[in-house]
Amino acid sequence: MGILVYDLAHARAGDKGNTSSIAVIAYDEAGWQVLRRALTAERVARAFAHLGAGPVRRYEVASLKALNFVIPNVLGGGVTRSLRLDPHGKSLSALMLGIELPGSPEQP
Amino acid sequence: MNKPRTRLRIGVGAGMADDRIGPALQLLEQCDPDYLVCECLAERTIARETLSRKHDGARGYNPMLEERMRAFLPLCRQKGVRLVSNMGAANPVGAARAALEIGRELGWRDLQCAAVVGDDVIDRVRAHPELPLLDRNLPLEDILPRLASANAYLGADVVRDALATGAQVVMTGRVADPSLFLGVALHHHQWASDDLPRLAAGTIMGHLLECSAQVTGGYFADPGKKDVPRLAELPYPYADLYSDGELFIGKPDGSGGRLDRMTCTEQALYEIHNPAAYVTPDCVLNLDGLHFEELTPDRVAVRGISARGRTDSYKVVVGYFDGWIGTGEVAYAGVNAIARARLAAQTVQERFRLDGGEASEIQVDLIGISSLHGNYPASMASDPYEVRLRVSARCPDKKSAHLLGDHVRQLNMQGPYGAGGPVNLGAKEIIAVDAVLIPRDWVNPQVVTTGA
Repeated sequence: MGILVYDLAHARAGDKGNTSSIAVIAYDEAGWQVLRRALTAERVARAFAHLGAGPVRRYEVASLKALNFVIPNVLGGGVTRSLRLDPHGKSLSALMLGIELPGSPEQP
Repeated sequence: MNKPRTRLRIGVGAGMADDRIGPALQLLEQCDPDYLVCECLAERTIARETLSRKHDGARGYNPMLEERMRAFLPLCRQKGVRLVSNMGAANPVGAARAALEIGRELGWRDLQCAAVVGDDVIDRVRAHPELPLLDRNLPLEDILPRLASANAYLGADVVRDALATGAQVVMTGRVADPSLFLGVALHHHQWASDDLPRLAAGTIMGHLLECSAQVTGGYFADPGKKDVPRLAELPYPYADLYSDGELFIGKPDGSGGRLDRMTCTEQALYEIHNPAAYVTPDCVLNLDGLHFEELTPDRVAVRGISARGRTDSYKVVVGYFDGWIGTGEVAYAGVNAIARARLAAQTVQERFRLDGGEASEIQVDLIGISSLHGNYPASMASDPYEVRLRVSARCPDKKSAHLLGDHVRQLNMQGPYGAGGPVNLGAKEIIAVDAVLIPRDWVNPQVVTTGA
Protein backbone atom coordinates (compact mmCIF):
# COMPACT_ATOMS: atom_id res chain seq x y z
CA MET A 1 0.00 0.00 0.00
CA GLY A 2 1.31 3.42 -0.89
CA ILE A 3 1.41 6.77 0.81
CA LEU A 4 0.57 10.18 -0.63
CA VAL A 5 3.10 12.98 -0.77
CA TYR A 6 0.22 14.98 0.79
CA ASP A 7 0.64 13.01 4.04
CA LEU A 8 4.33 13.89 4.31
CA ALA A 9 4.70 17.36 2.89
CA HIS A 10 3.23 20.69 1.91
CA ALA A 11 3.93 22.38 -1.41
CA ARG A 12 3.86 25.70 -3.28
CA ALA A 13 3.86 26.18 -7.04
CA GLY A 14 5.34 29.12 -8.94
CA ASP A 15 5.88 29.97 -12.60
CA LYS A 16 8.51 31.39 -14.92
CA GLY A 17 7.46 31.47 -18.56
CA ASN A 18 6.29 28.00 -19.56
CA THR A 19 8.00 26.35 -16.60
CA SER A 20 6.43 25.44 -13.27
CA SER A 21 8.57 25.25 -10.14
CA ILE A 22 7.12 23.36 -7.21
CA ALA A 23 8.67 23.18 -3.75
CA VAL A 24 7.81 20.12 -1.66
CA ILE A 25 8.53 20.61 2.04
CA ALA A 26 8.51 17.75 4.55
CA TYR A 27 6.55 18.17 7.79
CA ASP A 28 9.21 16.24 9.76
CA GLU A 29 12.46 14.31 9.57
CA ALA A 30 10.82 10.92 8.94
CA GLY A 31 8.82 12.34 6.06
CA TRP A 32 11.92 14.03 4.70
CA GLN A 33 13.78 10.71 4.56
CA VAL A 34 10.91 9.10 2.62
CA LEU A 35 10.58 11.99 0.19
CA ARG A 36 14.28 12.23 -0.40
CA ARG A 37 14.41 8.55 -1.33
CA ALA A 38 11.11 8.08 -3.14
CA LEU A 39 10.05 11.37 -4.74
CA THR A 40 12.42 11.12 -7.67
CA ALA A 41 12.55 13.31 -10.77
CA GLU A 42 11.32 10.29 -12.76
CA ARG A 43 8.26 9.85 -10.57
CA VAL A 44 7.40 13.53 -10.86
CA ALA A 45 7.95 13.46 -14.62
CA ARG A 46 5.45 10.58 -14.90
CA ALA A 47 2.83 12.47 -12.91
CA PHE A 48 3.18 15.54 -15.14
CA ALA A 49 3.73 13.75 -18.46
CA HIS A 50 0.12 14.21 -19.65
CA LEU A 51 0.57 18.00 -19.38
CA GLY A 52 3.55 17.84 -21.73
CA ALA A 53 6.34 18.01 -19.15
CA GLY A 54 9.90 18.28 -20.43
CA PRO A 55 12.94 17.02 -18.50
CA VAL A 56 12.30 17.53 -14.77
CA ARG A 57 15.09 18.98 -12.63
CA ARG A 58 15.14 18.13 -8.92
CA TYR A 59 17.02 20.01 -6.19
CA GLU A 60 17.43 19.16 -2.51
CA VAL A 61 17.67 21.77 0.25
CA ALA A 62 18.39 19.66 3.33
CA SER A 63 18.38 22.61 5.74
CA LEU A 64 14.74 23.24 4.80
CA LYS A 65 13.81 19.53 4.42
CA ALA A 66 12.66 20.52 0.96
CA LEU A 67 12.79 19.32 -2.62
CA ASN A 68 12.43 21.80 -5.44
CA PHE A 69 11.17 20.58 -8.80
CA VAL A 70 11.51 22.54 -12.03
CA ILE A 71 9.08 21.22 -14.64
CA PRO A 72 9.27 22.71 -18.15
CA ASN A 73 6.46 22.98 -20.73
CA VAL A 74 3.49 22.42 -18.42
CA LEU A 75 1.86 25.87 -18.53
CA GLY A 76 0.27 25.70 -21.96
CA GLY A 77 2.88 27.93 -23.60
CA GLY A 78 3.55 30.23 -20.65
CA VAL A 79 1.54 32.37 -18.30
CA THR A 80 0.96 35.14 -20.79
CA ARG A 81 0.12 32.88 -23.77
CA SER A 82 -1.70 29.97 -22.18
CA LEU A 83 -5.24 28.98 -23.12
CA ARG A 84 -5.57 27.20 -19.78
CA LEU A 85 -7.93 28.14 -16.98
CA ASP A 86 -4.95 28.25 -14.59
CA PRO A 87 -2.16 29.73 -16.71
CA HIS A 88 0.12 30.19 -13.68
CA GLY A 89 -0.24 26.54 -12.72
CA LYS A 90 -0.98 27.54 -9.13
CA SER A 91 -3.07 24.39 -8.76
CA LEU A 92 -0.19 22.11 -9.81
CA SER A 93 1.13 21.85 -6.25
CA ALA A 94 -2.00 19.80 -5.54
CA LEU A 95 -1.11 17.45 -8.40
CA MET A 96 2.33 17.05 -6.84
CA LEU A 97 0.84 16.28 -3.41
CA GLY A 98 -1.43 13.67 -5.01
CA ILE A 99 1.52 11.55 -6.13
CA GLU A 100 1.52 8.12 -4.47
CA LEU A 101 4.81 6.77 -3.15
CA PRO A 102 5.63 3.12 -2.55
CA GLY A 103 5.96 1.94 1.06
CA SER A 104 4.15 2.97 4.22
CA PRO A 105 4.93 5.77 6.66
CA GLU A 106 5.84 3.20 9.35
CA GLN A 107 8.35 1.45 7.10
CA PRO A 108 10.16 4.10 5.10
CA MET B 1 35.38 50.19 19.80
CA ASN B 2 32.64 48.68 17.70
CA LYS B 3 29.87 50.92 16.47
CA PRO B 4 26.52 49.89 17.96
CA ARG B 5 24.48 48.09 15.37
CA THR B 6 21.44 49.81 13.91
CA ARG B 7 18.07 48.45 12.82
CA LEU B 8 16.28 49.00 9.53
CA ARG B 9 12.58 48.17 9.44
CA ILE B 10 10.95 47.76 6.02
CA GLY B 11 7.21 47.25 5.75
CA VAL B 12 5.46 45.81 2.70
CA GLY B 13 2.92 48.08 1.03
CA ALA B 14 1.90 45.75 -1.82
CA GLY B 15 2.99 42.51 -3.46
CA MET B 16 1.07 42.78 -6.72
CA ALA B 17 -0.46 45.42 -8.98
CA ASP B 18 -3.93 45.33 -7.40
CA ASP B 19 -2.99 44.22 -3.89
CA ARG B 20 -5.01 45.22 -0.79
CA ILE B 21 -4.31 48.59 0.79
CA GLY B 22 -5.64 47.94 4.31
CA PRO B 23 -2.81 45.71 5.56
CA ALA B 24 -0.24 48.32 4.50
CA LEU B 25 -2.08 50.94 6.57
CA GLN B 26 -2.05 48.51 9.50
CA LEU B 27 1.76 48.25 9.22
CA LEU B 28 2.17 52.03 8.96
CA GLU B 29 -0.06 52.60 11.98
CA GLN B 30 1.17 49.81 14.24
CA CYS B 31 4.73 48.89 13.32
CA ASP B 32 6.65 52.16 12.73
CA PRO B 33 8.54 51.05 9.62
CA ASP B 34 11.37 53.24 8.30
CA TYR B 35 10.40 52.44 4.71
CA LEU B 36 7.36 51.08 2.90
CA VAL B 37 8.10 49.08 -0.26
CA CYS B 38 5.32 48.37 -2.78
CA GLU B 39 6.03 45.69 -5.39
CA CYS B 40 3.37 46.12 -8.08
CA LEU B 41 4.86 45.01 -11.39
CA ALA B 42 4.24 41.54 -12.83
CA GLU B 43 6.21 40.36 -15.86
CA ARG B 44 3.77 41.43 -18.53
CA THR B 45 2.31 44.45 -16.76
CA ILE B 46 5.04 46.67 -18.12
CA ALA B 47 4.20 45.72 -21.71
CA ARG B 48 0.56 46.70 -21.13
CA GLU B 49 1.61 49.96 -19.52
CA THR B 50 3.97 50.66 -22.43
CA LEU B 51 0.92 50.52 -24.71
CA SER B 52 -1.11 52.62 -22.35
CA ARG B 53 1.63 55.28 -22.41
CA LYS B 54 1.64 55.23 -26.22
CA HIS B 55 -2.07 56.10 -26.18
CA ASP B 56 -1.62 58.76 -23.48
CA GLY B 57 1.86 60.04 -22.65
CA ALA B 58 0.83 60.95 -19.11
CA ARG B 59 -0.14 57.35 -18.29
CA GLY B 60 1.87 54.15 -18.26
CA TYR B 61 2.19 53.77 -14.50
CA ASN B 62 0.20 51.63 -12.06
CA PRO B 63 -3.53 52.49 -12.24
CA MET B 64 -3.81 52.24 -8.43
CA LEU B 65 -1.01 54.77 -7.84
CA GLU B 66 -3.32 57.62 -6.98
CA GLU B 67 -5.43 55.53 -4.61
CA ARG B 68 -2.32 54.20 -2.88
CA MET B 69 -0.66 57.61 -2.59
CA ARG B 70 -3.78 59.16 -1.10
CA ALA B 71 -3.91 56.35 1.46
CA PHE B 72 -0.18 56.17 2.29
CA LEU B 73 1.30 59.66 1.95
CA PRO B 74 -0.40 61.28 4.98
CA LEU B 75 0.88 58.50 7.25
CA CYS B 76 4.31 58.48 5.57
CA ARG B 77 4.64 62.20 6.20
CA GLN B 78 3.40 62.02 9.77
CA LYS B 79 5.68 59.11 10.71
CA GLY B 80 8.69 59.89 8.52
CA VAL B 81 8.34 56.75 6.38
CA ARG B 82 9.96 56.76 2.93
CA LEU B 83 8.22 54.93 0.11
CA VAL B 84 9.82 52.87 -2.67
CA SER B 85 7.79 51.28 -5.44
CA ASN B 86 8.00 49.94 -8.98
CA MET B 87 4.55 51.44 -9.63
CA GLY B 88 6.31 53.60 -12.23
CA ALA B 89 6.00 50.68 -14.66
CA ALA B 90 6.50 52.15 -18.16
CA ASN B 91 6.55 55.76 -16.93
CA PRO B 92 8.52 56.22 -13.68
CA VAL B 93 8.93 59.97 -14.19
CA GLY B 94 5.18 60.34 -14.72
CA ALA B 95 4.57 58.29 -11.59
CA ALA B 96 6.96 60.44 -9.53
CA ARG B 97 5.23 63.61 -10.78
CA ALA B 98 1.79 62.15 -10.02
CA ALA B 99 2.92 61.24 -6.50
CA LEU B 100 4.31 64.75 -6.05
CA GLU B 101 1.07 66.35 -7.16
CA ILE B 102 -1.00 64.22 -4.84
CA GLY B 103 1.40 64.95 -1.97
CA ARG B 104 1.09 68.69 -2.57
CA GLU B 105 -2.66 68.44 -2.76
CA LEU B 106 -2.53 66.80 0.65
CA GLY B 107 -0.44 69.70 1.94
CA TRP B 108 3.03 68.12 1.80
CA ARG B 109 4.80 71.20 0.40
CA ASP B 110 8.43 70.03 0.71
CA LEU B 111 7.84 66.54 -0.66
CA GLN B 112 10.56 65.30 -3.01
CA CYS B 113 10.14 62.41 -5.40
CA ALA B 114 12.67 60.54 -7.49
CA ALA B 115 12.27 58.33 -10.54
CA VAL B 116 14.56 55.51 -11.61
CA VAL B 117 14.89 55.33 -15.39
CA GLY B 118 17.00 53.43 -17.87
CA ASP B 119 15.35 50.02 -17.68
CA ASP B 120 13.76 50.55 -21.11
CA VAL B 121 16.27 49.01 -23.51
CA ILE B 122 14.01 48.40 -26.50
CA ASP B 123 16.27 50.31 -28.92
CA ARG B 124 19.31 48.37 -27.75
CA VAL B 125 17.77 44.95 -28.17
CA ARG B 126 16.15 45.85 -31.52
CA ALA B 127 19.69 46.15 -32.84
CA HIS B 128 20.49 42.60 -31.73
CA PRO B 129 18.05 40.18 -33.38
CA GLU B 130 20.49 37.34 -32.71
CA LEU B 131 19.81 37.34 -28.95
CA PRO B 132 18.25 34.02 -27.92
CA LEU B 133 14.87 34.05 -26.13
CA LEU B 134 15.32 32.16 -22.87
CA ASP B 135 11.87 30.59 -22.69
CA ARG B 136 10.84 29.78 -26.25
CA ASN B 137 14.23 28.81 -27.62
CA LEU B 138 13.91 31.13 -30.63
CA PRO B 139 16.06 34.04 -31.72
CA LEU B 140 14.67 37.47 -30.81
CA GLU B 141 14.41 38.07 -34.56
CA ASP B 142 11.31 35.84 -34.71
CA ILE B 143 9.28 38.23 -32.55
CA LEU B 144 11.01 41.49 -33.46
CA PRO B 145 8.24 42.82 -35.73
CA ARG B 146 5.76 42.24 -32.88
CA LEU B 147 7.96 43.57 -30.06
CA ALA B 148 6.03 45.80 -27.62
CA SER B 149 8.54 46.40 -24.82
CA ALA B 150 11.97 45.44 -23.51
CA ASN B 151 12.94 46.26 -19.95
CA ALA B 152 16.03 45.27 -18.01
CA TYR B 153 15.69 44.11 -14.44
CA LEU B 154 17.73 46.85 -12.76
CA GLY B 155 19.51 46.17 -9.50
CA ALA B 156 19.64 47.57 -5.98
CA ASP B 157 22.40 50.08 -6.73
CA VAL B 158 20.14 52.52 -8.57
CA VAL B 159 17.45 52.29 -5.87
CA ARG B 160 20.19 53.19 -3.37
CA ASP B 161 21.19 56.15 -5.56
CA ALA B 162 17.59 57.35 -5.79
CA LEU B 163 17.24 57.31 -2.01
CA ALA B 164 20.57 59.17 -1.69
CA THR B 165 18.92 62.19 -3.35
CA GLY B 166 16.83 62.58 -0.20
CA ALA B 167 13.55 61.87 -1.96
CA GLN B 168 10.79 60.61 0.32
CA VAL B 169 9.14 58.77 -2.58
CA VAL B 170 11.02 56.71 -5.18
CA MET B 171 9.22 55.39 -8.25
CA THR B 172 10.90 52.86 -10.50
CA GLY B 173 10.03 50.87 -13.59
CA ARG B 174 11.46 47.40 -13.98
CA VAL B 175 13.73 46.61 -11.04
CA ALA B 176 14.23 43.04 -9.84
CA ASP B 177 11.77 42.52 -7.00
CA PRO B 178 14.34 41.67 -4.27
CA SER B 179 16.51 44.58 -5.42
CA LEU B 180 13.78 47.09 -4.49
CA PHE B 181 14.24 45.97 -0.88
CA LEU B 182 18.01 45.44 -0.97
CA GLY B 183 18.43 48.94 -2.42
CA VAL B 184 16.82 50.38 0.70
CA ALA B 185 19.28 48.43 2.87
CA LEU B 186 22.29 49.52 0.81
CA HIS B 187 21.28 53.14 1.32
CA HIS B 188 20.20 52.92 4.94
CA HIS B 189 23.14 50.87 6.23
CA GLN B 190 25.65 52.30 3.72
CA TRP B 191 26.67 48.76 2.76
CA ALA B 192 29.18 48.22 -0.02
CA SER B 193 27.75 46.65 -3.15
CA ASP B 194 30.29 43.82 -2.94
CA ASP B 195 29.65 42.94 0.72
CA LEU B 196 28.33 39.47 -0.11
CA PRO B 197 27.09 38.31 3.33
CA ARG B 198 25.02 41.47 3.65
CA LEU B 199 23.85 41.37 0.03
CA ALA B 200 22.66 37.82 0.79
CA ALA B 201 20.72 39.01 3.84
CA GLY B 202 19.13 41.92 1.98
CA THR B 203 18.26 39.76 -1.02
CA ILE B 204 16.57 36.97 0.93
CA MET B 205 14.73 39.70 2.83
CA GLY B 206 13.43 41.08 -0.45
CA HIS B 207 12.55 37.64 -1.76
CA LEU B 208 10.59 36.77 1.40
CA LEU B 209 8.71 40.10 1.37
CA GLU B 210 8.10 40.72 -2.33
CA CYS B 211 4.81 38.76 -2.49
CA SER B 212 3.35 40.53 0.55
CA ALA B 213 1.03 38.16 2.45
CA GLN B 214 2.42 35.02 0.80
CA VAL B 215 4.82 34.82 3.76
CA THR B 216 2.18 35.59 6.42
CA GLY B 217 -0.36 32.89 5.58
CA GLY B 218 -1.50 33.70 2.04
CA TYR B 219 -1.40 30.98 -0.66
CA PHE B 220 -1.14 28.45 2.17
CA ALA B 221 -4.37 27.38 3.88
CA ASP B 222 -5.67 23.83 3.59
CA PRO B 223 -8.53 23.43 6.07
CA GLY B 224 -7.88 20.78 8.69
CA LYS B 225 -4.33 20.23 7.46
CA LYS B 226 -2.66 23.64 7.28
CA ASP B 227 -4.98 26.08 9.00
CA VAL B 228 -4.44 29.84 8.90
CA PRO B 229 -5.98 31.79 11.79
CA ARG B 230 -8.19 34.73 10.76
CA LEU B 231 -7.43 34.36 7.06
CA ALA B 232 -9.72 37.30 6.26
CA GLU B 233 -7.44 39.58 8.31
CA LEU B 234 -4.23 38.44 6.62
CA PRO B 235 -1.54 41.00 7.48
CA TYR B 236 1.46 42.11 5.42
CA PRO B 237 4.95 41.36 6.71
CA TYR B 238 7.83 43.59 7.67
CA ALA B 239 11.54 42.88 8.05
CA ASP B 240 14.02 43.97 10.68
CA LEU B 241 17.42 43.98 9.04
CA TYR B 242 20.34 44.98 11.25
CA SER B 243 23.52 46.67 10.10
CA ASP B 244 25.47 43.45 10.76
CA GLY B 245 23.13 41.54 8.44
CA GLU B 246 21.00 39.81 11.08
CA LEU B 247 17.46 39.41 9.69
CA PHE B 248 14.01 38.89 11.18
CA ILE B 249 10.63 38.72 9.46
CA GLY B 250 7.66 39.98 11.46
CA LYS B 251 3.96 40.75 11.30
CA PRO B 252 1.93 43.09 13.52
CA ASP B 253 1.67 41.79 17.11
CA GLY B 254 -1.40 39.63 17.57
CA SER B 255 -2.46 39.99 13.91
CA GLY B 256 -4.22 37.30 11.87
CA GLY B 257 -2.55 34.97 9.43
CA ARG B 258 0.52 32.96 10.38
CA LEU B 259 4.27 33.42 10.14
CA ASP B 260 6.44 30.42 10.87
CA ARG B 261 8.98 27.99 9.48
CA MET B 262 6.39 26.53 7.08
CA THR B 263 5.17 29.79 5.55
CA CYS B 264 8.73 31.14 5.30
CA THR B 265 10.02 27.96 3.66
CA GLU B 266 7.27 27.97 1.03
CA GLN B 267 8.01 31.58 0.17
CA ALA B 268 11.80 31.14 0.26
CA LEU B 269 11.59 28.54 -2.52
CA TYR B 270 8.82 30.29 -4.45
CA GLU B 271 9.67 30.67 -8.15
CA ILE B 272 13.29 29.74 -7.56
CA HIS B 273 14.82 27.17 -9.87
CA ASN B 274 18.22 26.10 -8.56
CA PRO B 275 18.17 26.96 -4.83
CA ALA B 276 21.98 27.05 -4.80
CA ALA B 277 22.08 29.70 -7.54
CA TYR B 278 19.23 32.21 -7.53
CA VAL B 279 20.43 34.96 -9.84
CA THR B 280 19.50 38.57 -9.14
CA PRO B 281 21.13 41.69 -10.62
CA ASP B 282 23.00 42.12 -7.32
CA CYS B 283 24.34 38.67 -6.46
CA VAL B 284 23.81 34.93 -6.86
CA LEU B 285 21.97 33.73 -3.78
CA ASN B 286 22.59 30.29 -2.23
CA LEU B 287 19.72 28.88 -0.14
CA ASP B 288 21.65 25.72 0.88
CA GLY B 289 21.92 26.10 4.64
CA LEU B 290 18.98 28.50 4.96
CA HIS B 291 16.78 27.88 8.00
CA PHE B 292 14.17 29.67 10.06
CA GLU B 293 13.74 29.93 13.81
CA GLU B 294 10.30 30.69 15.23
CA LEU B 295 10.74 33.28 17.99
CA THR B 296 7.14 34.34 18.66
CA PRO B 297 3.87 33.79 16.74
CA ASP B 298 4.69 37.08 14.97
CA ARG B 299 8.45 36.85 14.46
CA VAL B 300 10.89 34.53 12.69
CA ALA B 301 14.69 34.68 12.50
CA VAL B 302 16.26 34.02 9.09
CA ARG B 303 19.66 32.28 9.17
CA GLY B 304 22.18 30.47 7.01
CA ILE B 305 21.96 32.44 3.75
CA SER B 306 24.98 33.18 1.54
CA ALA B 307 25.76 34.64 -1.89
CA ARG B 308 28.34 34.79 -4.63
CA GLY B 309 29.17 37.81 -6.77
CA ARG B 310 26.77 39.06 -9.43
CA THR B 311 26.85 37.94 -13.07
CA ASP B 312 27.95 40.07 -16.03
CA SER B 313 24.43 40.28 -17.48
CA TYR B 314 21.13 41.99 -17.01
CA LYS B 315 18.00 39.97 -17.66
CA VAL B 316 15.59 41.77 -19.98
CA VAL B 317 11.90 40.92 -20.13
CA VAL B 318 10.53 41.40 -23.63
CA GLY B 319 6.82 41.79 -24.36
CA TYR B 320 5.42 41.03 -27.81
CA PHE B 321 2.07 40.82 -29.50
CA ASP B 322 0.98 37.24 -29.89
CA GLY B 323 -2.47 37.31 -31.45
CA TRP B 324 -5.82 36.98 -29.73
CA ILE B 325 -7.52 34.56 -27.39
CA GLY B 326 -11.27 33.99 -27.51
CA THR B 327 -13.13 32.08 -24.79
CA GLY B 328 -16.66 30.93 -24.02
CA GLU B 329 -18.27 28.84 -21.27
CA VAL B 330 -21.47 26.87 -20.74
CA ALA B 331 -22.66 24.36 -18.10
CA TYR B 332 -24.62 21.07 -18.08
CA ALA B 333 -26.03 19.04 -15.20
CA GLY B 334 -27.77 15.77 -14.41
CA VAL B 335 -27.89 12.47 -16.29
CA ASN B 336 -25.48 12.36 -19.27
CA ALA B 337 -24.21 15.90 -18.56
CA ILE B 338 -20.62 15.14 -19.56
CA ALA B 339 -21.62 13.64 -22.91
CA ARG B 340 -23.68 16.76 -23.65
CA ALA B 341 -20.72 18.97 -22.77
CA ARG B 342 -18.49 16.98 -25.13
CA LEU B 343 -21.07 17.18 -27.93
CA ALA B 344 -21.33 20.93 -27.35
CA ALA B 345 -17.54 21.32 -27.61
CA GLN B 346 -17.45 19.40 -30.86
CA THR B 347 -20.32 21.43 -32.29
CA VAL B 348 -18.69 24.74 -31.39
CA GLN B 349 -15.45 23.75 -33.10
CA GLU B 350 -17.22 22.60 -36.27
CA ARG B 351 -19.34 25.76 -36.52
CA PHE B 352 -16.32 27.93 -35.86
CA ARG B 353 -14.51 26.34 -38.83
CA LEU B 354 -17.63 26.47 -41.05
CA ASP B 355 -17.92 30.20 -40.35
CA GLY B 356 -14.32 30.77 -41.40
CA GLY B 357 -12.89 31.14 -37.90
CA GLU B 358 -9.13 30.80 -37.73
CA ALA B 359 -7.28 29.32 -34.78
CA SER B 360 -3.86 27.77 -34.37
CA GLU B 361 -4.87 26.01 -31.16
CA ILE B 362 -8.18 25.20 -29.46
CA GLN B 363 -8.39 24.17 -25.81
CA VAL B 364 -11.44 22.28 -24.52
CA ASP B 365 -11.80 22.01 -20.75
CA LEU B 366 -14.42 20.36 -18.61
CA ILE B 367 -14.44 22.42 -15.42
CA GLY B 368 -14.93 19.95 -12.61
CA ILE B 369 -13.00 17.23 -14.41
CA SER B 370 -10.02 18.26 -16.47
CA SER B 371 -9.60 22.04 -16.55
CA LEU B 372 -6.74 22.30 -14.02
CA HIS B 373 -4.74 19.10 -14.15
CA GLY B 374 -5.62 18.02 -17.68
CA ASN B 375 -6.52 14.45 -18.48
CA TYR B 376 -5.28 13.13 -15.18
CA PRO B 377 -6.40 9.52 -14.61
CA ALA B 378 -7.98 10.24 -11.18
CA SER B 379 -9.95 13.20 -12.49
CA MET B 380 -11.10 11.43 -15.64
CA ALA B 381 -12.47 8.58 -13.50
CA SER B 382 -14.82 10.90 -11.64
CA ASP B 383 -18.37 11.47 -12.78
CA PRO B 384 -19.56 14.78 -11.35
CA TYR B 385 -23.25 15.73 -11.25
CA GLU B 386 -22.60 18.93 -13.17
CA VAL B 387 -19.84 20.22 -15.44
CA ARG B 388 -18.93 23.52 -17.05
CA LEU B 389 -17.49 23.48 -20.54
CA ARG B 390 -14.83 26.02 -21.40
CA VAL B 391 -13.60 26.44 -24.98
CA SER B 392 -10.65 28.71 -25.69
CA ALA B 393 -8.85 29.41 -28.98
CA ARG B 394 -5.63 31.10 -30.04
CA CYS B 395 -6.55 33.23 -33.06
CA PRO B 396 -4.64 35.49 -35.44
CA ASP B 397 -7.29 38.22 -35.26
CA LYS B 398 -9.93 39.70 -33.00
CA LYS B 399 -12.79 38.66 -35.25
CA SER B 400 -12.02 34.96 -34.99
CA ALA B 401 -11.48 35.21 -31.24
CA HIS B 402 -14.87 36.82 -30.79
CA LEU B 403 -16.55 34.32 -33.11
CA LEU B 404 -15.40 31.42 -30.95
CA GLY B 405 -17.10 32.82 -27.87
CA ASP B 406 -20.24 33.65 -29.85
CA HIS B 407 -20.64 30.03 -30.85
CA VAL B 408 -20.44 28.96 -27.22
CA ARG B 409 -23.02 31.58 -26.20
CA GLN B 410 -25.41 30.44 -28.94
CA LEU B 411 -25.47 26.93 -27.50
CA ASN B 412 -28.45 27.84 -25.35
CA MET B 413 -30.71 27.51 -28.41
CA GLN B 414 -28.58 25.58 -30.85
CA GLY B 415 -26.66 22.97 -28.88
CA PRO B 416 -27.48 19.94 -26.73
CA TYR B 417 -30.40 20.36 -24.31
CA GLY B 418 -30.01 22.08 -20.95
CA ALA B 419 -27.21 24.60 -21.63
CA GLY B 420 -26.79 26.59 -18.39
CA GLY B 421 -25.31 30.07 -18.31
CA PRO B 422 -23.68 30.21 -21.76
CA VAL B 423 -21.37 33.20 -22.07
CA ASN B 424 -18.93 34.70 -24.54
CA LEU B 425 -16.00 35.84 -22.41
CA GLY B 426 -14.76 37.99 -25.27
CA ALA B 427 -11.60 38.48 -27.29
CA LYS B 428 -8.39 39.33 -25.46
CA GLU B 429 -5.29 40.68 -27.17
CA ILE B 430 -2.24 38.76 -26.03
CA ILE B 431 0.99 40.36 -25.01
CA ALA B 432 3.33 37.48 -24.37
CA VAL B 433 6.61 37.82 -22.51
CA ASP B 434 9.98 36.17 -22.81
CA ALA B 435 13.48 37.14 -21.71
CA VAL B 436 16.96 37.76 -23.06
CA LEU B 437 20.29 38.37 -21.34
CA ILE B 438 22.35 41.43 -22.28
CA PRO B 439 25.77 42.74 -21.19
CA ARG B 440 25.72 45.12 -18.23
CA ASP B 441 27.26 47.99 -20.20
CA TRP B 442 24.23 48.18 -22.50
CA VAL B 443 22.22 49.59 -19.63
CA ASN B 444 22.56 53.02 -18.08
CA PRO B 445 20.31 53.32 -15.01
CA GLN B 446 19.70 56.89 -13.86
CA VAL B 447 17.81 58.90 -11.28
CA VAL B 448 15.52 61.84 -12.08
CA THR B 449 14.33 64.01 -9.21
CA THR B 450 11.26 66.17 -8.97
CA GLY B 451 9.79 68.50 -6.32
CA ALA B 452 11.01 70.79 -3.51
